[in-house]
Amino acid sequence: MKYFIFLVSLLMNTALVYVLGTRSVLPLPLGSFLSVQEGVWQNAEPVDQDFNASLRFDALKGKVDVFLDDRLVPHVFAEQENDAYFVQGYLHAKFRLWQMEFQTHAAAGRVSEIVGEKAINYDRNQRRMGMVYAAENALSAMENDSQTISAIDAYTAGVNSYISSLKTSDLPIEYKLLGYQPEKWTNLKSALFTKQMTQTLAGYDRDFEFTNALKLLGEENFRILYPSIPDSLYPVIAKGTVYNKPLAVLNPPASADSLYFKRTDTIQFVEDFKPNPSNGSNSWAVSGNKTQSGKPILSNDPHLGLTLPSIWFEIQLKTPAFNAYGVSFPGLPGVVIGFNDSISFGFTNAGRDVKDYYEIQFRDTDKKEYWFDSSWKPTTRRLEQIQIKNAKTVEDTVAYTVFGPVMYDKSFKTDLTAEKAYALKWVAHDTSNILKMWLLLNRATNYTDYLEAIGHFNVPGQNMIFASKSGDIALWQQGSFPLRWNDQGLFVMPGTDSSYMWMGYIPHEENPHGFNPVEGYLSSANQRAADSSYPYFMPGSYEVYRAITINRKLAAMNSITAQDMQLLQNNNYNVFAEDARPILLKYTINEQLSADEKKYLSLVASWNLMNDAKEKAPTCFTAWWDSLHAEVFNDDLVQDNMPLAKPEKFVLLEALEKDSSFKFIDNINTPTKEDLYQMVTVALKKASKKLASLEKENKLEWAQYKNTTVYHLLKTNAMAFAREGLMNGGGNGIINATQHDHGPSWRMVVEMTSPTNAYGVYPGGQSGNPGSKFYDNFIAQWAKGAYYKLWFMESAAVDGATCKWKMSFASK
Amino acid sequence: MKFIVSAIITAALSFGFGLYFPWWTIVIAGMLTGFLIPQHWGLSFLSAFTGVFLLWGLMALFISVSNDHILAKRISMLVIKNSSPYLIILMTALIGGLTAGLSASTARSLYNLIKK
Repeated sequence: MKYFIFLVSLLMNTALVYVLGTRSVLPLPLGSFLSVQEGVWQNAEPVDQDFNASLRFDALKGKVDVFLDDRLVPHVFAEQENDAYFVQGYLHAKFRLWQMEFQTHAAAGRVSEIVGEKAINYDRNQRRMGMVYAAENALSAMENDSQTISAIDAYTAGVNSYISSLKTSDLPIEYKLLGYQPEKWTNLKSALFTKQMTQTLAGYDRDFEFTNALKLLGEENFRILYPSIPDSLYPVIAKGTVYNKPLAVLNPPASADSLYFKRTDTIQFVEDFKPNPSNGSNSWAVSGNKTQSGKPILSNDPHLGLTLPSIWFEIQLKTPAFNAYGVSFPGLPGVVIGFNDSISFGFTNAGRDVKDYYEIQFRDTDKKEYWFDSSWKPTTRRLEQIQIKNAKTVEDTVAYTVFGPVMYDKSFKTDLTAEKAYALKWVAHDTSNILKMWLLLNRATNYTDYLEAIGHFNVPGQNMIFASKSGDIALWQQGSFPLRWNDQGLFVMPGTDSSYMWMGYIPHEENPHGFNPVEGYLSSANQRAADSSYPYFMPGSYEVYRAITINRKLAAMNSITAQDMQLLQNNNYNVFAEDARPILLKYTINEQLSADEKKYLSLVASWNLMNDAKEKAPTCFTAWWDSLHAEVFNDDLVQDNMPLAKPEKFVLLEALEKDSSFKFIDNINTPTKEDLYQMVTVALKKASKKLASLEKENKLEWAQYKNTTVYHLLKTNAMAFAREGLMNGGGNGIINATQHDHGPSWRMVVEMTSPTNAYGVYPGGQSGNPGSKFYDNFIAQWAKGAYYKLWFMESAAVDGATCKWKMSFASK
Repeated sequence: MKFIVSAIITAALSFGFGLYFPWWTIVIAGMLTGFLIPQHWGLSFLSAFTGVFLLWGLMALFISVSNDHILAKRISMLVIKNSSPYLIILMTALIGGLTAGLSASTARSLYNLIKK
């Protein structure tokens, strides 16, 4: 009996400790995870947490005082500029360490190390795209500039001084959840972060899809479905602007007609992990003669995936050289979107295509040589070692050609035949130091300084908005954009010949730009920057409709205030529906409709065209139009295992406005010839089925249907850390570009008065800790379209009501 | 009396070990008291269980209350798909209590085996 008791007790004890201590039985080691002194309870930050601190570090040259306000925004006052970056690194790590490391692991293709085998394909994709290669090139440029390298060295030291101070119990929750430890921060990680943003903003292309579409449809139809300039384009730089003559007339190579435009084969594999084409932004600046204060107002709201922790971290940096406020990227020193004593600056994505594919002919499966300019040239080979949690390391050899890395070959895409391979040519691989732009912008005092700063920027191409207290407004579309002949790079190009290579870059001074225009405002919203009179070929992925609303509104506004600009950023007017609805209503055959279908039709007919949260009509309209789009194009464009691009929504709208017997209306799979009446009516009938089931679930209201969600970076694996079901309107093509999990990631309005009158808000909170009240405390404010007044401290004199805590940093 | 002393000592040792060592050192705390304090093995279990159940439960409760249960609600949702902070606090207490209790009863029954 004694033995029995002992054995049972021992067995149960061993089993319990084993189960609680491992991940192989339960998904979490509940013993350490829930341990009060070691596990997640240690991440439960008291709501009255005292952030006051006095810290000493060898690396600091002088004193740094950090005033934390009631929203946990640090106002950093440093005696030495590089000390400010050290403290910024420390603070980024203190509040956002897991995110910084995770995002740069993702950039480098190292996610398998954390989550295991399921991420191998993602990691290989990143490596084969040359992300680490690109970051190494960027880092070498940073190291060649003393200002940049000293800033980034200080930043890295700051991050690491925080990491060194961490005990196991202090680790951010996600490390405890996934079971790993942070490694040291490096300068390369900061470079990797810039490449992650580049991938997000300049990593979208449709070369393979277009190549297939051209072959499938023929050139005439290709141009109809994928036109390069929308009729309704409202370009960034006003129509009618006179541009300089191009430097040279660029002609395609003689072989282009046979080798490029008339390919005989299609591309039979699907690319994964494409960036969201909705990544974009709005920005505008109005000059003093249109504002009530007589000073310019600058507005910017970058549209990105909405995540917790947020991509942004608000901060003020005051050094002897400058005083800047705005949002920063955890992972980089400096203020990225914001303002200083004299100027303000913001960005929208240029959307230009800076990424092309070349078909490579390898000598054999070793991939050691490829045919180029009439001889076999050696490839450079880069061995990628992908470490995997709980599994053996996977090795992948990537061949580099004169164009860049061979991203797709049979070893990666098994659908490819042995002799097919595609090399990637991408501006992101160039050696450049984009960080320098922000270091200079933070201290810029006028338009000339701004011009000097943006000259350092090459990719991802941005529209850079500027306003100054001295009254100037400006906008440059800045970046390195390839110099190409017409249609070059729309399709996959032959890689056996130097005649298909880019002919350098369009000179920066030829980039579209505006300075103090007579209209009194400048704006950009990811539309094509210029109309057809721009002398260079500018392919890309562009938005059409936000720009129309913004231009229409700004042209009509006068005596503008900062509040007016906030309202404009939250405007829900659907200008696309303004043109599309008349077509839907005109071509519906009412007699064929059921009671339900008539109900949805009348909701659309009586709609005020606002995509407001409580409206049901936006849901009905969207379902109806999407259904029409599918009816018209799906028969023409559905092919097995052959990637094709969906025509953009302006294509169908503009085609139907011009011609109600648009040739793609007919369903090629039926013997009869369908007309627009039938299509619109069938589209409504199909949409109504979906709408009826939505209505049953009480999801017909736009906000319910859209279900705006700010996901944690671990997406559906951590819904407990996400915020779902936010009540807000907006949508695709609307100034308030809030979609399901994508939209304005930071809204900022800066009036260039003295003192500066600035407002901002982002859907998150300053702390990345789900156990902090500062984790998601801005979300409610953001969702209702409200802002915080930004507290721009001119001096270290402390306002007791706003300043809650003080952290003092000094050298030892 | 032995019961209470045993519970307090197990809790105190667990807390002390927890300051420097991983969570499973409560096994050592439970075994030490189980081995050294003469009781019926069932009472050894119960006293160590009670000591660490209360230690972990009360500490988690205290932490969670000063956090307005922000984290407890999220962790509860994450682990047991329930938004009640008290369930996850109870679960925490049970994990600590059971581990310590079984360690104590294992040590006590071992003592009973070898004393002769």
